[in-house]
Amino acid sequence: MHYEPVIGLEVHAQLLTNSKIFCGCSAEFGAAPNSHTCPVCLGMPGVLPVLNKTVVEFAMKMALATHCRINFMSNFARKNYFYPDLPKGYQISQYALPLAEHGYVDVETEAGKKRIGLTRIHMEEDAGKLVHDEHLPSSYVDLNRTGVPLIEIVGEPDIRSAEEAAAYLRRLHETLVYLEICDGNMEEGSFRCDANVSLRPVGQETFGTRTELKNMNSFRNVQRALEYEIKRQEYILESGGEIVQETRLWDDTQGLTLPMRSKEEAHDYRYFPDPDLVEIHVDDAWIKDVESTLPELPLEKRERFIREYEIPAYDAGVLTASKPLAEYYEAVVKVCGKPKPAANWVMGDLLRFLNEDKADIRTCPVSAEALGDMIRLIEEGTISGKMAKDLIQEMYKTGKPPRAIIEEKGMVQITDEGALAQVIDEIIAANPNQLVQYRSGKDKLFGYFVGQTMKATQGKANPQLINELLKKKLDQS
Amino acid sequence: MELNQLTIHALRDKLRARETTAVAAAESVFDRIDAVEGKVHAYISLMRDEALKTAEDADRRIQNGDQGDLCGIPVALKDILCTQGFKTTCGSRILHNFIPPYDATVVAALKQVGAVFVGKANMDEFAMGSSTETSWFGVTRNPWDLDRIPGGSSGGSAAAVAADECIASLGTDTGGSIRQPASLCGVVGMKPTYGRVSRFGLIAFASSLDQIGPFTKDVEDCAIMMNAICAYDPKDSTSVKADVPDYKSFLNRDVAGWTVGIPREYFQAGIDPEVLTAVKKAIAVIEAAGARCVEVTLPHTDYCVAVYYIVATAEASSNLARYDGVKYGYRAENARDLLEMYKKTRSEGFGAEVKRRIMLGTYALSSGYYDAYYKKASQVRGRVKEDFDNAFRQCDVILTPTSPTPAFRLGEKTDDPLQMYLSDIYTISANLAGIPGLSVPCGFSAQGLPIGVQFLAGHFAEGKLLQIAHAYEQRAATEKRRPAL
Repeated sequence: MHYEPVIGLEVHAQLLTNSKIFCGCSAEFGAAPNSHTCPVCLGMPGVLPVLNKTVVEFAMKMALATHCRINFMSNFARKNYFYPDLPKGYQISQYALPLAEHGYVDVETEAGKKRIGLTRIHMEEDAGKLVHDEHLPSSYVDLNRTGVPLIEIVGEPDIRSAEEAAAYLRRLHETLVYLEICDGNMEEGSFRCDANVSLRPVGQETFGTRTELKNMNSFRNVQRALEYEIKRQEYILESGGEIVQETRLWDDTQGLTLPMRSKEEAHDYRYFPDPDLVEIHVDDAWIKDVESTLPELPLEKRERFIREYEIPAYDAGVLTASKPLAEYYEAVVKVCGKPKPAANWVMGDLLRFLNEDKADIRTCPVSAEALGDMIRLIEEGTISGKMAKDLIQEMYKTGKPPRAIIEEKGMVQITDEGALAQVIDEIIAANPNQLVQYRSGKDKLFGYFVGQTMKATQGKANPQLINELLKKKLDQS
Repeated sequence: MELNQLTIHALRDKLRARETTAVAAAESVFDRIDAVEGKVHAYISLMRDEALKTAEDADRRIQNGDQGDLCGIPVALKDILCTQGFKTTCGSRILHNFIPPYDATVVAALKQVGAVFVGKANMDEFAMGSSTETSWFGVTRNPWDLDRIPGGSSGGSAAAVAADECIASLGTDTGGSIRQPASLCGVVGMKPTYGRVSRFGLIAFASSLDQIGPFTKDVEDCAIMMNAICAYDPKDSTSVKADVPDYKSFLNRDVAGWTVGIPREYFQAGIDPEVLTAVKKAIAVIEAAGARCVEVTLPHTDYCVAVYYIVATAEASSNLARYDGVKYGYRAENARDLLEMYKKTRSEGFGAEVKRRIMLGTYALSSGYYDAYYKKASQVRGRVKEDFDNAFRQCDVILTPTSPTPAFRLGEKTDDPLQMYLSDIYTISANLAGIPGLSVPCGFSAQGLPIGVQFLAGHFAEGKLLQIAHAYEQRAATEKRRPAL
């Protein structure tokens, strides 16, 4: 039988607000343990949560960017369970009445374009962290992360392949980062994903028994885990077995999913509306306000780049992968006025340097102005493209503007016909054998003479001029 | 009269007139405590040193012209209200050593106006009880009869005022925990509208029902305390941004032409005949003052106790989850793993009544039962509110008994939780509806036990309660007795 996977993803994204969701503590990552805590996030007796309005606005941004309907009234609920990283014994989350529902995102894979539904987006607080001491039978509790705001984005079970899942995740990730509401760092856990996976015979309407996958902390792992889990379920079903509904953890080193101990998942969370918080009312005016702050989103930007700069779809895709990169590219174009060469230099040389250094465009030593100016210098004929290859490397290394380096190194292209003609005459005179061979029909040797000229001029000669002059001189017999 | 026996306003007048000092008043209160606390046990802990220091500060303030009603007045706090740097136990072993690093908003407000804190008053553990018998720190006795309970859960706060071990006190009321002990101890007790007084720093029992309020020796004092504690607080999302009137302005105003609703359902089986007689007398006094008494109906009254014990226990089961031995308070020794630490800590740290309610609430919220219990109870709660909305279209205030009986004997109901729960039958509805209520003394039983009458009003109409209670108090001229301790 042929089986079709049915996948739904749940994404948790940490919001980049300055303070936590229900108190004034800093929400920053990486501080000394328990230094970002107060009686409220420590869950001390008698304290009360007060909702951070910015959290609602950040969540609304994501809701609007993913075409969700924002509910005019929503509320918070308590999710009750005991764990030492959860100081109140419950997590404040949204349950029956989430902030936003019924959205979608469009993704593109090799199989084509597809729309994937979003069930809901809701706000909640993060839990703390346990730090286990390997030498002692004890654990420490760090509550800095307690109360850091999260949104949970629950997707519809519309995904049919691991590849589609990865594309969907990338789209959500890109959108969150573009909105500047999440730093998207998967390793630090600011963007986390769980997956529900089931299989059904192709053509069947009803869903099969699903498993829930956790512990996948990169796009690659999500795709690998899903691929593994699909194969695992397929194997069980093909051999006449039944899928057990359970939570499974992805084991990165072994490359497989393993069942979580059932004790850890036997939860009845006893959700009920949190009586310490009031309902959240969102009116049209507030939605419009938030809408007006939305930046141009990746898809829109991509289409505009193709239209406005007349660059290929592939280039537009690469250049809009992140907002700072797109901004950089646009700044380069603004200086040089040459969109396609700008795309080539940014995507080719610059991104290669950055990738090699695992660096970010935001800290790139070559400013957009400098790169734009460099492209202008090529267009004006001051330097050759070949010279620019060296120049950009030097610019990246030193952070100096192109003109300073050109001056320092005397890199200006030789465009003086007389001077170049003299050099060529000398080369021809020094290579009589090659000249004879060339003239007897070995055209390939033309390249040899070009190379010799370049060498003699240390690459500073204008290539077009070399071609012209060489042709003239070699062909006159 | 000794200083400790005075009302707030009488002591304030003496302080203003420099006839006495705040230090003398505090010393008088502590002398009384030394004399009778062994019998009454109104307090869990005393703040003797702190009190004398703040009394000195208050005297300086008064010398510098501070005209505040509460400057230098000795006040007791229910031990459910967090006091910065001072042990706050909630009557529980699980918090026996807990020292909050913050003040409850009401505590800070009273500090601000120069009140002198005497001590932390005893209470039922986590305010769960109607008799102050479930405290980890032992029972409080009724100053009028030491074999009887003072009511609860704010029994310590009520007994301290009744026994003149303070001038006034604060308690909390989740289902009657201010009004019922006020009635049983013969003092005035007020539960304000939900949202009127900040709950920040009040250790939660049932968040949607809890409200802080005063115990005082008369209605005028009640108005003074209300002025000090009512305010919007940005630290409590459920606190309401509504103007707070000067509650003293409602005193000495007549109630001629008012309509007073007498709810039929509150005068049926179960009411003690002596209570009924006293309350009927109170009705006569109100009528003599020019108010018209009419029968009103609150049709969902029968459901109130059931609804209350679902909503309150459900919220409590979640509110009390934080007492897990991890961060503060009691932690059981010698647990082998995390689960055992939780189990032992909570088994040893909580008393029987608290455990009963946590289990009830956990059950009511469990998957498969939520709709039948919690959700249904929330719906009925809406109906209870509507009942009051309808009733207040016909009347200014409602008058009922506060408690079906005078104080019962220690141990009388400890083995019968249902009987215990029924002692709040007249007070619970106000918490469910979020409306204010006030209990004022209206006489004594043949055995000399105090009886109280309750007034209820619509949301934020505390002024009306003070107006009619003060009018009643002035006209009734209830015999001024003091408990013979």
